[in-house]
This record gives sequence, structure tokens and C-alpha cells, in this order.
Amino acid sequence: MSLALNDTQRELKGQVASLLAERATADSLRRLITEDASWNEGLWRTFADLGFLGAAIPEAYGGVGLGPTELCVIAEEMGRTVAPIPFFSSICLTAEAILIAGSEAQKAKWLPRLASGEVVGTLAWTEGPGAPRLTGLATQLANNRLSGSKSPVPDATIAGICVVVVSSGGRPALAVVELAQPGVTVTPMRGFDQLRHHARLDFVDASAELLGAVDGAEALRRLEDRAAIYEAFEQVGGTEAALYMARDYTLQRYIFGRQLASYQAVKHNLANTLVSLELARSNALAAADALESDAPGVTASAATARLAATRAYETAARENLQLHGGIGFTWAANCHFHYRRARLLALNLGSAEVWTDRLIDELRARNTPARAA
Amino acid sequence: MTETIVAPVLDEVAYRETARAWLAENAAEYAHPPSQAWSEDELVTRAKAWQKRKALAGYGAIAAPKAIGGAGLPTRFAQIFAGEERRYHTPFYIGQSIGLSMAMAVIRKHGAPEQFERFMKPAVAGDVSWCQLFSEPGAGSDLAAVRSRAVRQGDHWVLNGQKVWSSWAHRAGYGILLARTDGSVPKHDGLSFFVLDMKTPGVEVRPIRQITGKSDFNEVFFTDVVIPDANRIGAEGEGWACAMTVLSVERNQSGGGGSAASQVMGLIEKAAATPREGGVALDSAAVRAKLAQWWVEEQGLKHFGQRIQAALSAGEPPPPTLSMMKLVSATKAQQTNAFVMDLDEFGGLFGEPAEMEDDDVFYQYLWAACLRIAGGADEVLRNQLAERALGMPQDVRLDKGVPFDQIPS
Repeated sequence: MSLALNDTQRELKGQVASLLAERATADSLRRLITEDASWNEGLWRTFADLGFLGAAIPEAYGGVGLGPTELCVIAEEMGRTVAPIPFFSSICLTAEAILIAGSEAQKAKWLPRLASGEVVGTLAWTEGPGAPRLTGLATQLANNRLSGSKSPVPDATIAGICVVVVSSGGRPALAVVELAQPGVTVTPMRGFDQLRHHARLDFVDASAELLGAVDGAEALRRLEDRAAIYEAFEQVGGTEAALYMARDYTLQRYIFGRQLASYQAVKHNLANTLVSLELARSNALAAADALESDAPGVTASAATARLAATRAYETAARENLQLHGGIGFTWAANCHFHYRRARLLALNLGSAEVWTDRLIDELRARNTPARAA
Repeated sequence: MTETIVAPVLDEVAYRETARAWLAENAAEYAHPPSQAWSEDELVTRAKAWQKRKALAGYGAIAAPKAIGGAGLPTRFAQIFAGEERRYHTPFYIGQSIGLSMAMAVIRKHGAPEQFERFMKPAVAGDVSWCQLFSEPGAGSDLAAVRSRAVRQGDHWVLNGQKVWSSWAHRAGYGILLARTDGSVPKHDGLSFFVLDMKTPGVEVRPIRQITGKSDFNEVFFTDVVIPDANRIGAEGEGWACAMTVLSVERNQSGGGGSAASQVMGLIEKAAATPREGGVALDSAAVRAKLAQWWVEEQGLKHFGQRIQAALSAGEPPPPTLSMMKLVSATKAQQTNAFVMDLDEFGGLFGEPAEMEDDDVFYQYLWAACLRIAGGADEVLRNQLAERALGMPQDVRLDKGVPFDQIPS
């Protein structure tokens, strides 16, 4: 296990990075927020045209047919620039859910349209405050009719389809629903992260289809693992960006006649963040490797990657703003993008508390049979 | 005893098989840990004998040149053998690795070929072990501040001063020594590097009683100690460069990979077996949060180590982030050993004397304090990460460019 990217992956990383450096600049993000825009649609089109959306979608369904590591590579660059496109919702959640749980016909119907960017997808799981869960779901699917409410749902205002976590016959299941129909109401929510819009979805007898190729609980477990790993890379990208933003600022800023970066308090602060980053990157690469080889224990690897990456990004985002001093608190500085985004990514798939339980339970279960044997 | 020299094979698979077979035949008595811990005398006797046996079979210094008794093979063969040897509980003490890694590196790079052969042959053969004579009471993190002084008199030097924290100096035949040879120039420029024969008159080794009650370290005092100029490694004034060579070896060794077995898994098991009111300690969210963080650190370091190994095998130099391995693992060791005591509450501070051996939690908690200081204190490592990995400037140094004799102390 080398835990390193191969040449093709490095090249892909470079292509995505240079596109985003040009098209997802901090000023463009500020402009979007000012206009209260949900996304940069032009960038989305370019992303689709360059094959980035379909990177991990099989060629049979209109994708490029690369593996999960390529998706991780793209996610890292998304995180680095806080890129304002629904890549995570549409590709890392929706396309993955359909790949995991969709029938042949459902894959053939939706994956090519997700790969081409023609349709934006999203995933609706939580029903108000609280972590994503499998029990007590109020949203019901019966006879291909869907009723209930979901919130917050990312990118719902621009999505054409939504994979909804439902209760079907008393068991958790996944259903796919087209949002442009009379039984669906989309109500924007005022959210903390201004660059990823969320909404409430109300379904009243809406037409929907079960994604039933595998058991719902099993499908969701796999989807959560995969999403956590992709997002860990997004967080790693954000961590690295915030860390080096702080480094660059402290190098350029002089105080009491010398560089701010020459003070030990500042150096130790950023050294600690660097350690968190390296632990997060190493754990994320190991999780991607586990995903790639479909090894047993992906859940523990995913939880480890998510916990490491969440801590790293939150630390980097907070300390970046802190080390900028007062200027970091201004709209004109770029610290706030990461300061807000780090919070979103820390909670959107379940908090550290939730993933700690998932990790410890998984490790404990791994221990138990060994002891019994 | 098998005394055949292993033929130079370049096939890694075959090499591993041969090594495995050789160990099966020669290390059989070390297949299991000793039923009773060896005394220091027995450890040293066994360790020297084991090194000699390896040397005779071509495993004594696999990556070292043949001129000193090595096998002259690429480093990866040494790694293969080490991996196989780790399956056994073969005897070893630090004095051997100081010779075979640190002294070897510095003499090879800065010394003359004659010196390399003269000093290294006995180390490879298992006859002589080494100690490091670097730190002083006034020179720890600021190592270039050493004031042990060597004064030239014709073809030899006369040394006076004191060293401290010298592991295994009481068993060492040779020491690698950093001494001041010129006080009139800035501190880094006035240092020279020597090999000291520890049997020279005027060398006195006194064990340090540590907080563990044991004495792994020593103070070493020098009174008019005569060192032949033929034992000087590198040019006069080249001492700091020599010391850096040694320290880079030390840093690359500390925390290099770690054991495959998870310690945190053991802690999870312990917490699951520790009764608490209405359940077990592992039910507590506070306990889970700590265990999860240590797991993240442990696994992160393991995978970080794999990344580094892959990079090194690809011929890349060790990255400046390497120093984070000891930084993270030493603090984690301190925290996890405290946690084991926490699990038993007040009772966790009491145990039978028989439990006070090396793997005991009391001992490990005390030893963790040493780990956070030795081989680069936490604070020094953070400076290194900031300066070498992040490219941040050095702190202001008031002694920069000042002749050593004029620096306040």
C-alpha cells in the first residue's frame, strides 16, 4: 500500500486545480453571495464538458469509468476553493446512491444525465434537527407515492432529482423522485454556509420510485461510508488552503519590526495545524485505498478519515482567521469562506459525536469475535 | 552455529526466504520472549553474541560496505531482514545501534576511509558498542552551545568538560563526541567532532538516577582526557555539520513506522471490560471521544509512515514533516498511559512491585515524559515543522554571529 496518487490521478488533480483557480476565485465567490446566487452554472457546464462529473461513473452509463480515488482527487480541489457547484450533492451523493441501490433501468435513466450535468441531483435524509438515522423516519413511500418533509436538503433549489431516505413497509429505503411535479414544494432555508444553499422539501403524494436493488439499510451504510471518504478529501483540501493562507499572511505581515511568522506562538499554532492536516490526509488516503480495494472494514476507515478531517478543517479554518487578526473578520478577506464551510462539512453527514460512536462500535465489534474465538 | 557467508543475491523474494530459513535455524532460542527479564549483563552478553553471529553470516550490517564486514547490499535488503528478525525476540540494546547507525553515518560521510574501517569493523563484528556524547547541562535543545573544550597539543587534543544523557555510556567502548575547539568564533563554527575511546584515563561515567528509579542514562566527565588527532572526524570546525548528520539519522529513526498491533484497540477492550455504574467505561461519550482521537492519531501515523516509506523507496529524500511522528506519538503515549490509570480511578495508582517492569503502565507514563524531551523536545519539533515544512522564519537569535566566548550564559 503506497497511499500515493498515480500519474493519471496527479494529472487530473492538476487539471481540476487549474480550472478552479481560474474560475472559482475568492472574488467570484463574494459576487455570488452578494447576488444570493445558488451556484456558478457556467463552471458546472465546463466541469461536465471536461468529464469531471462523470469521472467515477461507469462508461456504460455515460461516464469516464475511473475509480473512487479520482472522485477523491476532485473533491479535494473542490474543498480547496470552496467551489460553488453541486458536485458533492449530485455526484458524491446522488450518483453514488443510484450506483449502489438503483436497478439497471434506473441507472441507465439517471446516471448519463448526472454525468452530463444536464440534471443536478441531491440527497434528502434528515427531517429537521438531528443526525441522519435509519429509524423513526416520518417520510413514507407506499405504492410509488411519497409523503413527508425533509430538511435541510443541499442544493434542492437547483436539483432536478432527489434521492430520498424513506420508510417503506416499516423499513428504511431509498427512493428517487423528480422535483418538478405538483406534489413537491421546495422552500429555501436561511443557512449558515452562504455558498451552498439548502431547502426544505415537502412531499404530498408525490410520484417516486424505490431504489431497491439492495437492502435499504445496507445501501445507506455503504453510501455514508463513501460520502464520508469523499468529503474527507474535500475537508483536506480546505484544510490545506486555510493553513497556507495563514502561513502566507503571517509571512507578509510585519509586527514589532519583524515578520508575524517569526513568532514562536504563531509557528507552533501552524505546526499543530500541519500535523492535523498530515494525519487527515494519511487517513483519507488509507480510506480511499480501502474503498478502491473494497476491503472489509471500510466503515472504520471512513469514520477515521472523517473524524481526522473534520478536526483538521475546523482547526485550520479557525486558526487561519485568528492569525489574520482583525482583517480576518472582514468580508474583504477570504477567511470566512472556510470558517463557514468547515462547519457545514463538520455536520452535514453527522457530527463528530455521531461518527465517534460509529467508529468505536465498529472497532469494538471487530474485537469481540476475536476474543470469542 | 552456521558460519557460511550468504552469497550476494539480488532477488528480494529469495533473499527473504534465505533470511527466514537462517533465522529459523539460528534464532530459535529467541522465538519467544524470555520467561524472566535478562539482567543487564546477560542482555549485553547475548546481544553482542547475536550481533557476531549475524555478522559471520553476512547479516551484521547488510547495507554497509564489505570493507567493514557489511554485505554491501541496497537498504531494502536490510529492511527485509529487519522485518523477518522482528518475528523473534532477539537481544539488542541502544549502544549497538548508536554504533551501527549514527557513528556509521557520520564517520562514513565525514571521516577518512581508514577511520571508517578502524572504528566500524569492531561494531559490525559485535565486539564494541557506542555512546553519544552530545548534550550537556547547558546544551540540550541549543546543542551548539556545548562547552566541553578540546585544546590541541601537537598530535593530540586535551579534553575537559561534562556530557549528560549519554545512553549506555557505561557499556560503551567508543563515544561520538562533539566538543568546542575554538571559543573565539560564533558557536556553530567552533566545534569539532571526535571518536573517544571510553577507556582513556580521565573519562568518568556516572549513572543518572531517573524518575523511573532506573539508570538508562549517564553523566560523563572529562578531566585532561587525551584524544589522538587521528580520532578527529572531519576538519577542525566541521563538528556542527557532523552533529547534524547524526541528528538526521536519529530523527529518521525515531517513530519509524511503529508496531503493527494497535494499542488503541487494547484500550478499547480495556474500557469495555471496566465496570461503571450501570455499564462499562466504554459507554461514556467522554471516554469514546478520547479513544477515537487516539485511534485517529495512531492510524494516521501508521499510514503517514507508509507514505514516507513509499516515497523513500522511490528515491525521494525524507520529508521535513517526518518530525511529527515523535511529536504525536510521545504525547499520545503520555495521555494513553494516564488513561489506563484513570480507568481504575484512585486504585489505578497502586500495583504490585512485580508489575513495575518495562511494560508497566506506571513505568510507561513516567517514560513518556522522557520521550517528549529526548531526540528533539516537542517545542523544537514544532519549530522544525514550521521552519522546514512551512518555510516560516527562524525566531530571533541573540547569539547569531557572536563569538562563543562573548555569549552570556
